[in-house]
Amino acid sequence: MIKGYAGKILEVNLSTQAIKDIKIGDNILKDYIGGRGLATKILWDRLGKKWEKIDPLKSENILLFLTGPLTGYYPGGRICVSGKSPQSNGVIGSTVAGEFGVELRCACYDGIIVTGESNKPVYLFIKDSDVDIRDASHIWGKDAKQTMATLGRECRELLRKRYPKFGQLKEPSFLYVGPAGENKVRTAVVAAKWTHAAGYGGYGAVMGSKKLKAIAVKGTGPLPKAANIKEVKRLIKVVNDNIYENVLWRRWGTGSGGYEVGAETSSEPVRNWQDEWHNEKSFGVDQFENRVWIKQSWSDFGCPTCCLKVAMIKTGRFKGAITDNPDYEMQAYLGPNLGLFTPEENVFLSSLADDLGLCGIQTGNVMGFAAELFQRGILTKKDLDGIEPKWGDVEAFAALAKKIAYREGIGDLLAEGTYRAALKIGEKKKTDVLKYAVQSKGISIGAHGIRSGKDYPESISYACSVQGGDHTSTAGLPLDGSGSELSEIFNDSGVHCNFNVFGVPRKVKFDFYKAVTGIELTQKEWYKIKAFRILQIQRALLLLGGPDIKWKPKTHDENPPRFYEPLPSGPYKGKTVDKMQVEEDKRRYYNAVGWDENGIPKTKTLEKLGLEDIDKVLKKSCISKSMLK
Amino acid sequence: MTTKKEPIWIARDLIKCSGCRKCEIACSLYHENRIWPEASRIRVFMPVPGADFPHFCTQCKNYPCVKACPVDALSISKKTGAVLVKTKACIACGKCIEACPGRVPHMHPAKNHIVICDLCNGSPQCVKVCQEGGWNVLTTVHRRARPYELYARTPEQIAKDLAIKMYGEQAEDYI
Ligand code: SF4
Ligand code: SF4
Ligand code: SF4
Repeated sequence: MIKGYAGKILEVNLSTQAIKDIKIGDNILKDYIGGRGLATKILWDRLGKKWEKIDPLKSENILLFLTGPLTGYYPGGRICVSGKSPQSNGVIGSTVAGEFGVELRCACYDGIIVTGESNKPVYLFIKDSDVDIRDASHIWGKDAKQTMATLGRECRELLRKRYPKFGQLKEPSFLYVGPAGENKVRTAVVAAKWTHAAGYGGYGAVMGSKKLKAIAVKGTGPLPKAANIKEVKRLIKVVNDNIYENVLWRRWGTGSGGYEVGAETSSEPVRNWQDEWHNEKSFGVDQFENRVWIKQSWSDFGCPTCCLKVAMIKTGRFKGAITDNPDYEMQAYLGPNLGLFTPEENVFLSSLADDLGLCGIQTGNVMGFAAELFQRGILTKKDLDGIEPKWGDVEAFAALAKKIAYREGIGDLLAEGTYRAALKIGEKKKTDVLKYAVQSKGISIGAHGIRSGKDYPESISYACSVQGGDHTSTAGLPLDGSGSELSEIFNDSGVHCNFNVFGVPRKVKFDFYKAVTGIELTQKEWYKIKAFRILQIQRALLLLGGPDIKWKPKTHDENPPRFYEPLPSGPYKGKTVDKMQVEEDKRRYYNAVGWDENGIPKTKTLEKLGLEDIDKVLKKSCISKSMLK
Repeated sequence: MTTKKEPIWIARDLIKCSGCRKCEIACSLYHENRIWPEASRIRVFMPVPGADFPHFCTQCKNYPCVKACPVDALSISKKTGAVLVKTKACIACGKCIEACPGRVPHMHPAKNHIVICDLCNGSPQCVKVCQEGGWNVLTTVHRRARPYELYARTPEQIAKDLAIKMYGEQAEDYI
């Protein structure tokens, strides 16, 4: 057995209530590591041949919670949630920080596979190898804070009763869904603590569709044994020492972005991306720090960065709202993107999104989209159930968020996410509204625009990514560079926080992998073979897609139309993305990743990676023919 | 600063705790050569999100745990003031847990004996990492004749205090 792994995965079938342990072969672990890589492999093996027919929100989908060998060792523990995505119809490796992955590994599991669906609300309770499927009717419908409080009490009591001899065990770790997940809202998250979320992918909806409200895990063992613990200790110190230099993130997290990404780099969504520049000092980090942050450093297992800050509103009409930071993405999407420019409004909406179990990025995106349609008179007050989402009207957006989470009225439509909502509204109103949808392949674009050219994503970062608009996994060249999607696949498969690799020599994570597993993994092997293979499978499954939507590279390996409009104001006024340049970059990218001119992985590319079976399915599928057009 | 010659105490500023759990990692690496959160002598509890805090022995003036042990498995280090566990003598009866006002001692998850902070024989590993990270929740000071047992409180009690201090009365709903 390879070092650094627990050596087994828990598989729970919610339809039959069957619980078993499964083993993954060493060769598979060597090639796919864990997290996103392993999820891709498992999904392909189990669902690949019928992928196009699998409805992500029906019992046939499988939901994965996977750690990797570096979880808990590499500073900044996370867990990767995956399955067939109800947003992209492909595979997204959606990671969330916290202690869950560490507890799971300490319970001697590398991950959890959930299949089938329960006929009543349940939660999983895991204490080492003791696993129960428990009734969750009493927490179904509860928001984030109520869920955590009720489950927390119940599980602490269970631990006390069942294991009285130990003394006081620490509370277990939880993953759960809020009302949005229960209602299968496509922008629902799998949440941890109150504020942490695996948002991209929409796996909250998958969890809700299986009537799985939560998972609680308490592991009392050590992390699976590392091959060379002395070296691990040395490497932890190397990472820490490097990160401790990162004064910006340690002090402000990403919370300085809300002002700076708008004012300085002109790449922040403002009013549904009608602009990317603002100079609202009311949104400065000093305002957040002095007015709403009640805790300067909040962190997850082993993390030296502490990018989180706890924020709370103590007086006035938003009194009682609590969230973290908000971090930059929440600042942007539940701030300027909706025409809101005060920390209090931003904390209030972020806290509401947390409570409802909504992804702040993608819900902020779809609400911005609706607000622009309202601005243009395409959606009326009547269409919107009496709500008038004027820019900056925080109450209107709060009302809209609730409608989305409960799928009420217009909320039912917007709960489909920006792309699907755009198709439906376009049909109803007989006008093209896709031009206002700022997304790629069903995934809202992260809050980093490309028009000014001053932020990190490149012209094809979102257009060619296997995770669409996900700003944490963007496509870029050279393939072995730090802007390459293959680099992100490492962090998501490791599984550890991608923030703790910034400023750390790249060699360190490969050394880490060797110190934990005992296996040498060269960078060349990773970039040329292993990560490359994972990318190809993700691409294939994305193209297979279905059943409701299929992507055609010609049309959909593309930026949102808005990115071709010139920036209307600010220091980069007039700048836009050059379509010719995008075509050229796309050609170069296809070439580098071994896809043909239609964006389909070449037979030669797949064969070289031992993926002949995928080639067959891909070529047989209708896509090859229809996609030529 | 302290010298290695005198008994020490670890002063604690719980409200500043980031929840990074580097203290757990350092403690378990030092004592078990593994990363092992539940075997760590200092454990970070977080029943209410955001209100994380480390929980560990405070070396009470009267050492009720030591007195409660029926087989004399616990003793007090002259050098540091820490409670020392004779692992072979300990019968894992849990009497020290009951005697401790903070329910601090806990069983080793894999072995049949109790674990309690031994102050790392005078150079606390947890303090070192907490200081390196700049959180300064933990600080080593000279041990003086003070009622340190005031700090020996259960995780529930501490969590409640910290949560209310942070979030006000609505924290009652979260505990
Ligand atoms: S090292 Fe310090 S800040 Fe980190 S969890 Fe421990 S006590 Fe808290
Ligand atoms: S805190 Fe508990 S374990 Fe420590 S000396 Fe006091 S009674 Fe003993
Ligand atoms: S002083 Fe040493 S034994 Fe005590 S909690 Fe800290 S690291 Fe653990």
